[in-house]
Amino acid sequence: MMTESATKAAKANPPAEKLKKSGGKLGRYILVRLLLIVPTVFILVTMVFLLMRTIGDPITAALGGKLPPDQLAERIHAAGYDRPIWIQYFEYLGHIATGNFGTTISDNRPISQVLFTYGPATLELAVYGLIVAFIVGIPLGMLAAYLRDKWPDAMLRVLAILFYATPVFFAGLLLKLIFSVWLKVLPVNGRASVGTELNLQTLDNPTNIYIIDAFRTGNPDDVLNVLTHAVLPGIALGLLTAGVFLRLVRLNVIGTLSQDYVDAARSRGVGEFRLVRKHAYRPALVPIITVIGMQIALLLGGAVLTETTFEWKGLGFMLVQYINARDYVAVQGIVILLAIIVAITNFIVDVIAALIDPRVRY
Amino acid sequence: MTQETPKIKRSIWSRIPLIRELAQSVGWQRGMLVAGLVIIVVFLIAAAFAQWIAPYGYNQLRDDDGLFGAQVPPGGKHLLGTTVGGYDVLSRVIWGSQTAFLVIVVAVVLSIFAGIMLGLLSGYFGGWLDRVLVLVCDAIYAFPSLLLAIVMSIVLSGGKSSLFFGILAAAISITVVFIPQYFRVIRSEVVRVKSEAFVESAKVIGASNWRIMFRHVLRNSTRTLPLILTLNASEAILTLAGLGFLGFGIEPTAAAEWGFDLNKSISDVAAGIWWTSIFPGTAIVLVVLGITLVGESLNDLADPRLRTRKRAVAVDVDSAEIDEMEEAI
Repeated sequence: MMTESATKAAKANPPAEKLKKSGGKLGRYILVRLLLIVPTVFILVTMVFLLMRTIGDPITAALGGKLPPDQLAERIHAAGYDRPIWIQYFEYLGHIATGNFGTTISDNRPISQVLFTYGPATLELAVYGLIVAFIVGIPLGMLAAYLRDKWPDAMLRVLAILFYATPVFFAGLLLKLIFSVWLKVLPVNGRASVGTELNLQTLDNPTNIYIIDAFRTGNPDDVLNVLTHAVLPGIALGLLTAGVFLRLVRLNVIGTLSQDYVDAARSRGVGEFRLVRKHAYRPALVPIITVIGMQIALLLGGAVLTETTFEWKGLGFMLVQYINARDYVAVQGIVILLAIIVAITNFIVDVIAALIDPRVRY
Repeated sequence: MTQETPKIKRSIWSRIPLIRELAQSVGWQRGMLVAGLVIIVVFLIAAAFAQWIAPYGYNQLRDDDGLFGAQVPPGGKHLLGTTVGGYDVLSRVIWGSQTAFLVIVVAVVLSIFAGIMLGLLSGYFGGWLDRVLVLVCDAIYAFPSLLLAIVMSIVLSGGKSSLFFGILAAAISITVVFIPQYFRVIRSEVVRVKSEAFVESAKVIGASNWRIMFRHVLRNSTRTLPLILTLNASEAILTLAGLGFLGFGIEPTAAAEWGFDLNKSISDVAAGIWWTSIFPGTAIVLVVLGITLVGESLNDLADPRLRTRKRAVAVDVDSAEIDEMEEAI
């Protein structure tokens, strides 16, 4: 609130020199933060590569026992897995740098194609999860702060811990049991029913984000179908993060409520509810943006579990399929891809945080 | 060695961890703490005495009357029914607490040990080692922990596992995820403590680096550990269950594991068979809830801003506020 009005004032009457200086600082921050992605990704690629290679070459892992030894040796040679490990490592680094994540052994597809086919589903699920987390977590967190130390606050805190304590797959199974099996109001699993999926496939350039594709078909039945399939997975994934948001909002709002400016407002006779809603709420949101960055990793991990629970055919679902097929080239590729996605999202979140809160910048 | 110094004797009771906190807490906070402790105690009892409490073995498929049968509804001989594989649900839920407990203990001990050592070395000596370790730990920290645990358990067990290796693999997978957290906390504390006067004095006296590190610095850097410990214990259960759910579990013939049982119950749910998923799932939720309640309460009690004060103090605060308001008017 205060920082915002301060920047507004600065914009209205810009001391040119000062503005330029802070802009340069922000630019530097973004640049440094961008460069920091490189070592992070490098370390993760190295770690995953070395770890996965300690159990031998991927072809033996996937096909050992299924092919006669001479054919196996031939395929290992053809793929270059009989060369020294460090040559393979540098080759792999080079491939990653050029966006080539390898080709799956079990169904012979480039990993990048797997990403474009199944990534949108995971993205869609993650966005639904975040929406649920915001809708549930932030208002309840403010309510808990407003009623702090009274019984609704205690109930809300236990609720937040319950959200966190319930594994997403168990939440998913419970929701399924209640709403799909017993009440029969929502579909059991999948992203859409077969008919709708066929309709969506007929579009040219499908985005594979079903809700967008459904709107493009212009058929309200398809939109409804996609939405009803999204409700349970979205809630299952979102409640996990909602618990984190609830606790965070509560803590931060209580923290800001003891600040001097809030005391000043209180002494002017501003009501407690208005204090929470107008004065303490906004500054308390800044840490949340940073935490969203950390939540992305949790959300992706949760997405793997949610997708398995609901047969939601995204990256996580495919990851489990490839693990079961012992296709470790695919596993390695998808894991590294997800790590890069997390690193980039964290970067974006940090930049947004720096834009909002000037103290974050270097 | 040291001179006998007069100490303020606290009673033995008040020195046992948790008792002081319990006495300090009031109202809802005490309720949450007590509830958490009760759940943990029940969980520990189940884990310790699974052999005697559980009606059947975790991998028992038959008794004198023949096979149990698959997906038998709760009631009669099987209080909570049987699973799709024909195991007794109640027995596997009870035995599962043993597996969960072992994994928590191994994971937390390993990660505390590794995390503290690395954090201590890194923070105390600094230099290039410190920079490399910080970078690596930051990289791991930003990585989805479940994915890392998946990679680790592929490496360690390749999916198949006996009880011992299954528990060890799960615990090590979880450890790798936790080390950066302990590392960060210990390192930052060590960096802070390192510049204190008593460390300098020790150096002047001629104490060795090891002695300073372990006797002086480490002891003063561990105050936040209990908190992270409770948080990590609950996270360990969730990660173990997640791994089990994805099929990295310990084989049902080797031990009972809640996540694995939940994975097997996915198809049951669609058929309306509820008892195979609800009971192991509830067990996970309760244990994590219990541990987190205790952790949260300890956190609040350690932080005066969050601690609910006893009535007498609360009245003081109110009167102080009234004074302030009067001044303002």
